[in-house]
Amino acid sequence: MQSDAKKSPSAPSTKTRFWHDPAKRALVFQILLVLGVFAVLWFIVQNTLHNLESRGITTGFAFLSQEAGFGIIQSLVEYSESSSYGQTFLVGLLNTILVSALGIFFATVLGFIIGVARLSNNWLVAKLASAYVEIFRNIPLLLQIFFWYFAVLRALPSPRQSFQPFDNVFLNVRGLFMPQPMPQQGFELVWWALLIAIAGSVVLARWSKKRQDATGQLFPVYKTALALIIGLPLIVFWLSGSPLTWDEPALRGFNFRGGMTIIPELAALLVALSIYTAAFIAEIVRSGIQAVSKGQTEAASALGLSKAKVLRLVVIPQSVRVIIPPLTSQYLNLIKNSSLATAIGYPDLVSVFAGTTLNQTGQAIEVIFMTMLVYLTLSLLVSAFMNWFNTRMALVER
Amino acid sequence: MKKISLMAASAAMALSFTGLAQAAGTLDSVKERGYVQCGVTTGLPGYSNPDDKGNWTGMDVDVCRAVAAATLGAADKVKYIPLNAKERFTALQSGEIDMLSRVTTWTLTRDGSLGVNFTGVTYYDGQGFLISKKLGVKSALELDGASVCIQAGTTTELNAADYFRENKMTFEPVVFDTSDQTVKGFESGRCDVLTSDQSQLYAMRIKLSNPSNAVVLPEIISKEPLGPLVRQGDDEWFNIVKWSLYAMINAEEMGLTSKNIDKMMTKGNPNIDRFAGKGITSGLGISGDWAYQIVKQVGNYGEAFDRNLGNGSPLKIERGLNALWNKGGLQYAPPMR
Repeated sequence: MQSDAKKSPSAPSTKTRFWHDPAKRALVFQILLVLGVFAVLWFIVQNTLHNLESRGITTGFAFLSQEAGFGIIQSLVEYSESSSYGQTFLVGLLNTILVSALGIFFATVLGFIIGVARLSNNWLVAKLASAYVEIFRNIPLLLQIFFWYFAVLRALPSPRQSFQPFDNVFLNVRGLFMPQPMPQQGFELVWWALLIAIAGSVVLARWSKKRQDATGQLFPVYKTALALIIGLPLIVFWLSGSPLTWDEPALRGFNFRGGMTIIPELAALLVALSIYTAAFIAEIVRSGIQAVSKGQTEAASALGLSKAKVLRLVVIPQSVRVIIPPLTSQYLNLIKNSSLATAIGYPDLVSVFAGTTLNQTGQAIEVIFMTMLVYLTLSLLVSAFMNWFNTRMALVER
Repeated sequence: MKKISLMAASAAMALSFTGLAQAAGTLDSVKERGYVQCGVTTGLPGYSNPDDKGNWTGMDVDVCRAVAAATLGAADKVKYIPLNAKERFTALQSGEIDMLSRVTTWTLTRDGSLGVNFTGVTYYDGQGFLISKKLGVKSALELDGASVCIQAGTTTELNAADYFRENKMTFEPVVFDTSDQTVKGFESGRCDVLTSDQSQLYAMRIKLSNPSNAVVLPEIISKEPLGPLVRQGDDEWFNIVKWSLYAMINAEEMGLTSKNIDKMMTKGNPNIDRFAGKGITSGLGISGDWAYQIVKQVGNYGEAFDRNLGNGSPLKIERGLNALWNKGGLQYAPPMR
């Protein structure tokens, strides 16, 4: 056979030439593609560097250690005008993470409430929820941000005529000013108490589940855990002699000094992002709940479970599987939408770093590259976490 | 904002894919295109501001017009591209505009590291403060603890920080994207003070719903020489933009205006003849009567100033530092011979 094949190539052979083998051919094409992509990338990088150099534009990341020299209104870490541009990156990044994390929390809570309300048997509640979804989902986010910022800002009084809802809490056009807790020596005990209470609650929950499996008896886990988590630290706090003082805001000169401040830019951005994203989350929640077949609810009711238990033990665990994947993309949207902050002067990454820092240093390519990398990393992290959560929640088939 | 990212991304693209040809030959591409692409503000009365029909006027606009008159013989062959402070350098670097004439302060780092060249000074400015009258503040040194509205991406941002640091005062910077938003922020009471170049403060003040409620404080805390700029590496174009402004200043010094230049040219004055291109080769690569076209169509520096910023305008700004050198100011142009 083999000698035959050598003589006449047209004869059938067990040894096919590699371009006739689809697997090998595919491998060659893939290698060529990868080489092509790298060649293009290499060309882009080289050409960019060459053009930048020939036009006298400074390149490199040395600017990150230079003094920034401008002020930032809100910073979660130590920052002053003499800090470096690298520090402005950190400040902007943390501000972006702050508004995104808070936004995701509020949007999720609000979205779940509205989503469940849309399915309510109460006509008024259901219609109000639908109206909410239709209004906020269909108005551009930037306009909503402007609305909350400029419309609400104008309604607030000047610092000297501050609105004072509680003692030492002031609301005015410059923000919300509150006393700041200043832990004194001995306050660590309270943190330890809280930690112990949380650990205790976990143990309690496991024990109660075991007991229920064994005896069928229910134990009020949630109430006990709540009492434990709030009560224990409070008791420790009293026993250790209340080691906490308050730094109170006071009007001095133009503004309030001291205490904690929530700047109106943060508030407006947070409200706009939460309300806008909540409208989408509400729809996702509604569709998730409706995806659970009616038979499930009816069967659970037939077993004698209360309405709340049907929702908590039967409907929600099943609907969560439908909800999580689209919820992830809403979270990613929220993070990326937070870059609209720059329109109202909230010092997020785009405003501080891709805005002022870019402009003062003129190094657009480096700055935009770093900024894009941040959003990419944040999104991938959130996505990875949600995927992990999704696998945990997925139906375990036995 | 999305816009800036887009702009920066497009700049990155332009710098990545284009060859070097674009850096040189701006004059050729302007002639071929038939108009000058000029980067201006998004709307600042007196410097560059569109009216309700979309016609741009202002001091910076007149510089663009002068360049168009010199290169193409028609002052109205300009396409104005409104840019905010953050976008302006990227737009110039990436070749989206031929020149930037947008109240831009000439500084060392901008000249040195951005790949741009400043061609001259159209307006000698300084940074000041605009404050609400009812606060009763008389001096910038009383501003300790104030909230300050600033436009993002300006030298103003750094000067304000320096000034407060130097005088051991604190401040709260509220940074907006465009000058309109900055004014809105000030008007809504978000800040006590608005800081910007002093001339712009006058322009912003007339944008307030009640201008008489606000005053400009007397202090000037910085030097802000404002001028047009072009990309580095195209000396031909650099010279044209530079000399377009010099022609306007020289015309004022020689007493040539848009109204009298035709008459003055018949008098046989050698200086004026040279100005109009008789018996001289400029070597700029443009038509010999370029300076005549500028004065005829746009006017001299004094006319432009008066029309846009001075007594002929709602701003009524004094000439001050911007008077000619022989009248106590700083405006001085090399001789045209």
